[in-house]
Amino acid sequence: MNAPRELHLGELRFSDYTQPMDSEKREALIQALSAIVPSASLLSTPEALRPYDCDGLAGYRQLPAVVVLPTEESQVVEILKVAHRMDVPVVARGAGTGLSGGAMPHRGGIVLSLARFKSILSIDPLSRTARVQPGVRNAAISEAASPFGLYYAPDPSSQIACSIGGNIAENSGGVHCLKYGLTVHNVLRVRAITIDGEVVELGSEALDSPGLDCLSAMIGSEGMLAVATEVTVRLIPKPQLARVIMASFDDVEKSGAAVANLIAAGIIPAGLEMMDQKTTAAVEEFVQAGYDLNAQAILLCESDGTPEEVEEEIGRMQKVLAESGATVMRVSESEDERLRFWSGRKNAFPAAGRVAADYYCMDGTIPRRRLGEMLKCISEMEKKYNLGCMNVFHAGDGNLHPLILFDASNPGEFHRAELFGAEILELCVEFGGTVTGEHGVGIEKINSMCVQFSPEERISFFSVKRAFDPVGLLNPGKAIPTLSRCAEYGRMHVHQGALKFKELPRF
Amino acid sequence: MTTTPVQQANWLAQSIEVIREAHATGQSLRFEGFGSKSFYGQPLNSASRLLSTRPYSGIVDYDPTELVVVVKSGTSIVELESVLSQSGQMLAFEPPRFGGLGSAGGMIATGLSGPRRLSAGAAKDFILGITMIDTQCVPLRFGGTVMKNVAGYDLSRLNTGAMGTLGLLVDLSLKVLPKPPAEETIEFEVSAKESIDWVNAWGGKPYPISATCWISGRLFVRLSGAFAAVRAAKEKLGGHLLSDSKANAFWAGIRDHSDNFFSLNSEDPETALWRISVPTASAHLSDFMDAQCIEWGGGLRWIKTKTSAQQIRETARSLGGHATLFRTVHPEMRGRVGAFSEISPAIMKIHQRLKQELDPNSIFNPGRLVAGL
Repeated sequence: MNAPRELHLGELRFSDYTQPMDSEKREALIQALSAIVPSASLLSTPEALRPYDCDGLAGYRQLPAVVVLPTEESQVVEILKVAHRMDVPVVARGAGTGLSGGAMPHRGGIVLSLARFKSILSIDPLSRTARVQPGVRNAAISEAASPFGLYYAPDPSSQIACSIGGNIAENSGGVHCLKYGLTVHNVLRVRAITIDGEVVELGSEALDSPGLDCLSAMIGSEGMLAVATEVTVRLIPKPQLARVIMASFDDVEKSGAAVANLIAAGIIPAGLEMMDQKTTAAVEEFVQAGYDLNAQAILLCESDGTPEEVEEEIGRMQKVLAESGATVMRVSESEDERLRFWSGRKNAFPAAGRVAADYYCMDGTIPRRRLGEMLKCISEMEKKYNLGCMNVFHAGDGNLHPLILFDASNPGEFHRAELFGAEILELCVEFGGTVTGEHGVGIEKINSMCVQFSPEERISFFSVKRAFDPVGLLNPGKAIPTLSRCAEYGRMHVHQGALKFKELPRF
Repeated sequence: MTTTPVQQANWLAQSIEVIREAHATGQSLRFEGFGSKSFYGQPLNSASRLLSTRPYSGIVDYDPTELVVVVKSGTSIVELESVLSQSGQMLAFEPPRFGGLGSAGGMIATGLSGPRRLSAGAAKDFILGITMIDTQCVPLRFGGTVMKNVAGYDLSRLNTGAMGTLGLLVDLSLKVLPKPPAEETIEFEVSAKESIDWVNAWGGKPYPISATCWISGRLFVRLSGAFAAVRAAKEKLGGHLLSDSKANAFWAGIRDHSDNFFSLNSEDPETALWRISVPTASAHLSDFMDAQCIEWGGGLRWIKTKTSAQQIRETARSLGGHATLFRTVHPEMRGRVGAFSEISPAIMKIHQRLKQELDPNSIFNPGRLVAGL
């Protein structure tokens, strides 16, 4: 019989990415990579490496040994073979907009940028699929599909910049995922390269494939299993019309109950978002969306489809919201007005940056029925830690983004904010939820994973990792903590001005 | 269900003990609920000990406002659906209930989905979390009871369709959906070839089509959604409207294979039922003169034929799909030609390592998914 698997725990290499690469090895690596890509595609000076030292989680930075920007799949194969042969960790990178440090480089490692894989290879309007390279921007797929009346449904807030390859790594969601699903529901096939340099086809353009569902394992694996080089996504018909109801509540628990009542009435809104009073006050000043500033909470509830469908559904939604105690309801009468109602929600993060020197964004998910209770607990924590918190929720799927407000220049505030955030995440797990709904674990939440998963469960995760990447060179040290790692501590800290891609919406 | 909580608690403890013994002795285990899908997949490749999930039955947690149900693996699909139905909800992927049977565990282990698959998603799209036992012999929980969850690799989906080869499924957390307010089925007389063009073209339009099925020269289209949407689509598409009772009977016959099309004649042992999965817009498989049934907007082609496995699989492969030997008169045919299309050598390597990592002594349903694993 085989040795117990416990012995393997923590065996995955973690030394490599904390150590600088010795100069002789680095020279040899640069030479080996120069034989694969032209010199313009290989960055190795500190100035050239600097833009790659972090992703959207700018608080954590690390210069890699080299950055390589291939243009051909065959080059990716050769680069991975070199990494394997020379025992060098590799992090694949798309647009670098991720919020959890998943694309943060390894010290002494390779950053493999897929930014130049940006062709939309084909769009098939009849089968409603698009075949694209991983560096294609999320929004570019929908733009290209638009002439056929089709679009790609998952819409993470950074969709104008983030790449489909990164969406696959993170299993990105978006405002409309309650009705239309996450990345995993909308990707049919991924062509990828393993650390051995082998090409694998995961999934297919048919609706299923023989064998284990390796495609689903790949999606959301934070670049730790294989490197995607081509993707087939599902396209769906664009709704003819969308309208949103803005409903006010004089009590946050009532708004939480309204969310549950909508679902219980058999309605799946296209979008269902909640903001508390602190948030509406902060964003109203910023965007003048016309929010009801007297409301303790505001719900945005969207319906989409054919005009007949939307009219019927809006009627049903209004009835439930009224019965749930909505004090004021407004329904968007034009596309302009719909976008204005949404603008506040979409500007909640920048608004937080205006009302406080710093904010710390959480990403837990809880069962919807605990929303009211969670809000109450958070308001008690505000007193306990003496810090404010703005609450914005993807209420339809229970995904919370509390924004803890603090000022890092005041001694002790950052530490209090971290403790505040940790308590929220622990409560999420206690309520039967998860420490990350859509931003990923990366390095940011790696310690919170210790709260959510037992050592045995993490052993299983490492087993999956080894099955795809036996040498442990693809993005090592991210997402799944070892036992020793669980002792450490570290969280996202968004310092005003330090958030990269400030121009991108975050919601 | 007749089992008491005490017996059920025993079931889990006993199952862990059985797995521990199997681990120690190397004797493989065979997981089974009702056995309604035992004909499906590869035959086991060794003598095995039965571990039944039947005593472990019931709903663990169900709150309709969460759109989530947590169910024990031995629970019958019919019982689960009747509980959901009381709150106006459903399993949107319409898992088959062959012979009116089937357990929640088998439903996820096979990963099979019914008529609504193209519009709503497959079994794997509705699994939110699992509790399972692997060779570590302690309950492991992956995923959870929330819609959005990106913590850790997706072992819930990896176990969906794994045919029990990675461990014993204990509890399953499933996303459920409200039943549509309105539902109508319309029928057209049309050739198979033309029906494939029609359903693909309609798929690109905002029609509330929840299922399509072409069989015996007729195309059946089910519309589900808001009253206004169903009414408008019905007017646009035309066709002949079926009564509710006829429509329900028809879709149940396709979903559960109780329709005559799916049954084999024991006096004609050469003919087998094949399940061919291809991209939806693939041309009609006109090389096969035999009876066909086309579901999922063209993505699923059922064929009853004597044609060789090799030829069928080559046809499926050339279209970018695969072919499963679904039902045979003589079970040994499954062992001879394999139930499933072959997987590529590079993917096979990952399968071998996954099995080696997660079931190193090969005790869980060995060979049921891939021969030798």
